[in-house]
Amino acid sequence: MQTNAIQVNGLQKSYNKLHVLKGVDFEVEKGNIFALLGSNGAGKTTIVKILTTLLKQDSGTVTVNGFDVAAEPDHVRQSISLTGQFAAVDEILTGRENLIMIARLRHLDNTRQVADDLLNRFGLTDAADRRVSTYSGGMRRRLDIAMSLVGKPQLIFLDEPTNGLDPEARIEVWKTVKELANNGTTILLTTQYLEEAEQLADRIAILHEGRIIANGTLDELKKLFPPAKVEYVEKQPSLEEIFLAIINKKEKK
Amino acid sequence: METIKRHFFSDMSVMLGRSMRHIFRSMDTIITVTIMPIMFMLLFVYVFGGAIHAGTDNYVNYLLPGIMLMAISSGIAYTSYRLFMDMQRGIFERFHSMPIVRSTALWGHVLTSLVSNAISVVVIILVALVMGFRSSAGVLSWLAVAGILALFTLALTWIAVIAGLSATSVDGAGAFAYPIIFLPFISSAFVPTKSMPSGVRAFAENQPVTSIVDAIRALLSGQPVGNDIWIALAWCVGIMLVAYAFAMRAYKKRA
Repeated sequence: MQTNAIQVNGLQKSYNKLHVLKGVDFEVEKGNIFALLGSNGAGKTTIVKILTTLLKQDSGTVTVNGFDVAAEPDHVRQSISLTGQFAAVDEILTGRENLIMIARLRHLDNTRQVADDLLNRFGLTDAADRRVSTYSGGMRRRLDIAMSLVGKPQLIFLDEPTNGLDPEARIEVWKTVKELANNGTTILLTTQYLEEAEQLADRIAILHEGRIIANGTLDELKKLFPPAKVEYVEKQPSLEEIFLAIINKKEKK
Repeated sequence: METIKRHFFSDMSVMLGRSMRHIFRSMDTIITVTIMPIMFMLLFVYVFGGAIHAGTDNYVNYLLPGIMLMAISSGIAYTSYRLFMDMQRGIFERFHSMPIVRSTALWGHVLTSLVSNAISVVVIILVALVMGFRSSAGVLSWLAVAGILALFTLALTWIAVIAGLSATSVDGAGAFAYPIIFLPFISSAFVPTKSMPSGVRAFAENQPVTSIVDAIRALLSGQPVGNDIWIALAWCVGIMLVAYAFAMRAYKKRA
């Protein structure tokens, strides 16, 4: 039987009087990229915190990799990784030390090798022995994601992974996420950028006022709207496209 | 569950190693917790010392216990700061979502506080020896001194944990330490309480620092310690238990 990586049923959560989640249901298939889309304050981070055992739900059931998050949190933690909203890296340690620290906490052998491989894969080898406080925003995020990959967890949570990144760094992160999914890792990401969901996700769920109001593939969601009218509009390049084109030209020189 | 519990010591050592690196890479921390107390010791011995009649032939001997307490009091402000930063930066959440013994994320800071304060106290004692500090205390007395200092450190560390967990700004996380650093000045740490006006004297003689300082001083000089040591221990253990209870409450609220 094919079990889902994530199964959420009737999930509810309130903070004092604020009813944040009013009965959330969704599931994520193994190996998929699932995007949870919603505006600020919609409850995306609350869902991630419950799924990663940081927060207890008021009611409803949540199963992650076959384990109930409330009953078997230790087993859940064994098989997941969280990349939170803010790069959760240790600024005073170097990039290499950060990775070795996580590898030791995951009780791996040959922690140095694990660190070297990830540094290499994320293009951080040159900066490996510099303190993270000297890193750029994009480098920090890369290290952050690299730290989440230590120990090869089956399921990765990315909470607004490109928040506050410049366009180049954003595309870098997108590339990384796609590569991960190609290697069979299940990914749940939250975002408020529609384009990000469109670029990455196999399935997209829209969270609004504490409920999932739409859930499907991009094509399915498109069908919810009346068929597109064909109009001819001259396509102007977006500022982002111009920016990236100029940057690329410079780098080629 | 069991497979995870077995890693307690390994997880603790990672956490300890991490915060010890934070200390040794922060010039600010080293200056505040070691250099400052040493400067105070130099200042009091070589500048004010001539005018202070403490009743001992050697003022360093008189001064050392108070300086050690000051060093520990300023050391724990950094425990609070490091804990606060962990909560802010999300690294605490990363640790908590990992298959580790969760409590080590907090206990690592407590252990670091003990180890780092022990190091600064040892450095201060070495400097004091150079300045002429001499002790007739035997091994048992030294062990008793170490025990009192460790309890004092733990008591203050749990206060620091409360501050670190419940502060809303970096400044707030460290501010609680200032009154504690100041306490030795209104105690028998620098001058005998006999010389103080009655109101101040009543406060000085009944606050924890005086009994702790007197107990340590008696132990180091081979004098009978009397009741001081029991009062000192009662203060340390009492503060530690109350602070621990509140710290755990703050911890459960946050985690």
